[in-house]
Amino acid sequence: MTLTLQDVSRIAQLARLELSATQQSQMLEQLNGFFGIVARMGAVDTRGVEPLYTPLSAVQAASLRLREDRVTEPDARAANQRSAPAVEDGLFLVPRVIE
Amino acid sequence: MTAPGELRSMGVAEIGRALAARRLSSVELTRELLGAIEQQRALGAFLAVDAERALAAAAAADAALARGEAGPLTGVPVAHKDIFVTDHARSGLPSTAGSKMLAGYASPFDATVVARLGAGEPGRGPGAGMVTLGKLNCDEFAMGSGNENSAFGPVRNPWDRTRVPGGSSGGSAAAVAARLVPAATGTDTGGSIRQPASFSGVTGIKPTYGVCSRWGMIAFASSLDQAGPLARSAEDCALLLSAMSGFDERDATSAERPPQDYQALMRRPRAGATAARPLQGLRIGLPKEFFPAGLAADVAGAVRAALSELERLGATLLDVSLPRTELSIPVYYIIAPAEASSNLGRFDGVRYGHRAAAYTDLMDMYKKTRSEGFGPEVQRRIMIGTYVLSHGYYDAYYLQAQKLRRMIADDFQTCFQACDLIAGPVAPTVAWKLGEQGDDPVKNYLADIFTLPASLAGLPGMSVPAGFGEHGMPVGLQLIGNYFDEATLLQAAHALQQASDFHTRVPAGV
Amino acid sequence: MPASPLIRGYEVVIGFETHTQLSTASKIFSGAGTAFGAAPNTQACAVDLALPGTLPVLNRGAVERAIRFGLAVGARVAPQSIFARKNYFYPDLPKGYQISQYEIPVVQGGRVEFMLAGVKRTVRLTRAHLEEDAGKSLHEGYADATGIDLNRAGTPLLEIVSEPDMRSSAEAVEYARALHALVVWLDICDGNMQEGSFRCDANVSVRKPGAPYGTRREIKNLNSFRFLQQAIDFEIQWQIDRIEDGLAIEQATVLFNPDSGETRSMRSKEDAQDYRYFPDPDLPPLVIAPEWIERVRAAMPELPAAMAARFQRDDGLPAHDAAMMTQSLALARYYEALRDGCGQPKLAANWLMGEVSKRLNAEGRGIAGAPLAPATLAALIARVADGTVSNNGARQVFDALWNGAGAGVDATIESLGLRQMNDAGALEAIVDAVIAANAKSVEEFRAGKEKAFNALVGQVMKASQGKANPAQAGALLRLRLQ
Repeated sequence: MTLTLQDVSRIAQLARLELSATQQSQMLEQLNGFFGIVARMGAVDTRGVEPLYTPLSAVQAASLRLREDRVTEPDARAANQRSAPAVEDGLFLVPRVIE
Repeated sequence: MTAPGELRSMGVAEIGRALAARRLSSVELTRELLGAIEQQRALGAFLAVDAERALAAAAAADAALARGEAGPLTGVPVAHKDIFVTDHARSGLPSTAGSKMLAGYASPFDATVVARLGAGEPGRGPGAGMVTLGKLNCDEFAMGSGNENSAFGPVRNPWDRTRVPGGSSGGSAAAVAARLVPAATGTDTGGSIRQPASFSGVTGIKPTYGVCSRWGMIAFASSLDQAGPLARSAEDCALLLSAMSGFDERDATSAERPPQDYQALMRRPRAGATAARPLQGLRIGLPKEFFPAGLAADVAGAVRAALSELERLGATLLDVSLPRTELSIPVYYIIAPAEASSNLGRFDGVRYGHRAAAYTDLMDMYKKTRSEGFGPEVQRRIMIGTYVLSHGYYDAYYLQAQKLRRMIADDFQTCFQACDLIAGPVAPTVAWKLGEQGDDPVKNYLADIFTLPASLAGLPGMSVPAGFGEHGMPVGLQLIGNYFDEATLLQAAHALQQASDFHTRVPAGV
Repeated sequence: MPASPLIRGYEVVIGFETHTQLSTASKIFSGAGTAFGAAPNTQACAVDLALPGTLPVLNRGAVERAIRFGLAVGARVAPQSIFARKNYFYPDLPKGYQISQYEIPVVQGGRVEFMLAGVKRTVRLTRAHLEEDAGKSLHEGYADATGIDLNRAGTPLLEIVSEPDMRSSAEAVEYARALHALVVWLDICDGNMQEGSFRCDANVSVRKPGAPYGTRREIKNLNSFRFLQQAIDFEIQWQIDRIEDGLAIEQATVLFNPDSGETRSMRSKEDAQDYRYFPDPDLPPLVIAPEWIERVRAAMPELPAAMAARFQRDDGLPAHDAAMMTQSLALARYYEALRDGCGQPKLAANWLMGEVSKRLNAEGRGIAGAPLAPATLAALIARVADGTVSNNGARQVFDALWNGAGAGVDATIESLGLRQMNDAGALEAIVDAVIAANAKSVEEFRAGKEKAFNALVGQVMKASQGKANPAQAGALLRLRLQ
């Protein structure tokens, strides 16, 4: 399969990326180049095969480890907001959101 | 050009012994290395250095050594790939992931690996007491195999400064090769420790997925990322790995296992081994897919030579097959970008990192911030990942890839019924020239073919200097072990290094 | 199901998605606190802010509460469930994705039962899954900017999804009330709707009877039962109007404006339709062993339905009273203490449904805030039962005690002079005097006028300043008048 420029701009929108017209056509070319090598993957018969979402489960049945319900994190707002682009009254500021 | 002083060529174990015997002070060594780092700036290996804090840590280490309260790594200098976050208040070092997006980012905490090698963490026990010299350059968010994707400039290969050191842990490999630091941390998602180790002539190990905590590692692909050391010998790697690995409750994918002393395990004699044949009884499988017609002759030659050396040391070689080796390229380049596209969603200019200077509204801020903050390769992978996860494509790409991943892991287990280790080249060629690959991503992806299978399976893998190829560039031998069998990898690599001196060679002009 | 009520000839179809904040001390994936109302971003730790290098670790307390809910609604608690990433960009979503459960939720199926106009109704549940709450966007107070507070980000939510089984706004409200009562009863949620602990999204559509489902519109974030009913009623009329005008209903997410009483379509989040769900590689599958489920089952409180049945069976309460006594665990506990204290189940229920609830409603507090201990009220009821005080008198005593009259029940009866006259001699004297003084009424009574008799009883009560026991007085009068 090959992608179109429409696909590229749809994906860029989903991913919140701004691509110029030239970047878009270059991206299109590169993506299609890549999906060229992906094609053969689809040909493999994987019926009945369990996906391997985490390598842990290749060794043994992986199961989620849980933490006890305890408050362990004290307020560290000052340190946590050190690299914030825009803060006021402890709030992160963003351009107005209209709902 | 003069060869580096004797201090700079000392390895981790050697330094540890010298410090313990008080034949050497950590301050003295640290000062020497800081000078060399300064003098080798053109290499581009370091992104940040805090000389003052490094010397203070060295002085503290000397004091601990004087009090006799010291471990094997106390006072030994180390540097961290800048994919590990470092507590800015304690270290004075930013954490950038090689990205404009995180230029100057001040992390409020240390990565587990950083804390365990260094000063430890309040409430989580002391660290190994290594002295952190600084942060090392890498491909942006660890995406690349030449270290040409760093927002802060490329790293040059100490063996030939017109060539790449490999990637994504290029700064780590170059710094160790150039004797700027005896050991460094790296991360390996699809080969990012093994390939730069091979290109730069150093030793590097990626342990089994889950052995090193991912807490504090800026995520690229969560189901593949693993931390590991790069150093000059298998023994030095073993020392670091023992200190940086182990269970961490803050990482739900961290393996719950007791602490390991890899140096001791590595040295444990094999049944029937002799001084001349330390690898007696070790079965090494050679996947025919790892020796294709297209494999560069110089690489094939060096690898074959190393293999016969291993044979001479008592190992037996046998042919095995990993039939889906080629498929691992599309499988990896579906899974890793998919996870990355999601992991990089947090970089939105709201809470930290780059924010575009001018924008019309929220959507515009998002797009400008991310397009300015991310480099071309990162944006490419975000696009691929977003696409393969998007509605209507998930099953055909992501799900299919994860099923093939299972088949690839199963292929390894079939091999390991017949052999203890798997060996082959790390990369099809020696290090290429800067800019040589152009901007054809696929060409780069194809070069990862030998490192991707072990990454997808989560198996431990290693690169050991095996000789030199064209233009006198280093060639690495890749060793792959079964789950949690790092010890056997290190043992084979150690034996090889006892019988060869490739790992002790120093590039000219460092 | 009985035939559903039609509105202007249309059948209404309603389904719910309810976001229940679980009452854990810490967040679902971090060790930050969950207390409401902290200063902005002081309860958002590195994990909640999605700082680079952070990872999630699941809170056992959140899973435990999900299991409790699953058992209470007779659902299947999945032995293995999966956390997935729901990817979208929004300023109050720090990671760029929400960790939720998608294909395999922890609670599967189940049902909620409740009474609607005296008829038992059952709403089937599709599922309930664990997920993390988002932060808050504050739109006021900042010049063309929005402030982001991430204290709420990472608060554990159980999203409870119902089947489209409701057929009227009244039924929807009763379902929401029953679900709210249940999660509070189970102590998995504080139920505070003002603070957003229990938020309802209602999916509403209308259709001609027998026709396929109409297109639904989702009313978001309804956080009071009153608004819920108003919003659904408005939405129903709005949809029918459109259809009657020959217009189509487009699927949409709408918000309810309590001031105008109207719903309006939200500015649709772009590409909200493509969340790119995939299993979270940071979180292996959640495995719940049968032993864990059994431990939770063993620690479950008796459920309201079972308790109400017990009150009917053992205490002889009418169904309505039993239902009232099990509206909340606190009320049920009060009732049981009161019943045991006075040994009069029906009287206990009457007092709780009468005087007590009257006072509580008036003062806007719950049973927990009642100033009267069950033992005190029990003592008062016992005094009514043994005739020491009349019902009217008891009400006065109750008011005095409620308003903090320090003394005990008996002392208060005395101090208010409400003890009934049970001295036969004194009463006979009064009765004779009344008969003598009211010859006219006596005549009328003898002529068969019951009303006249009541007048005489009234006279006796008056003469005794209300201390006579009316029953006794009546009996004695009849005796004398024969």
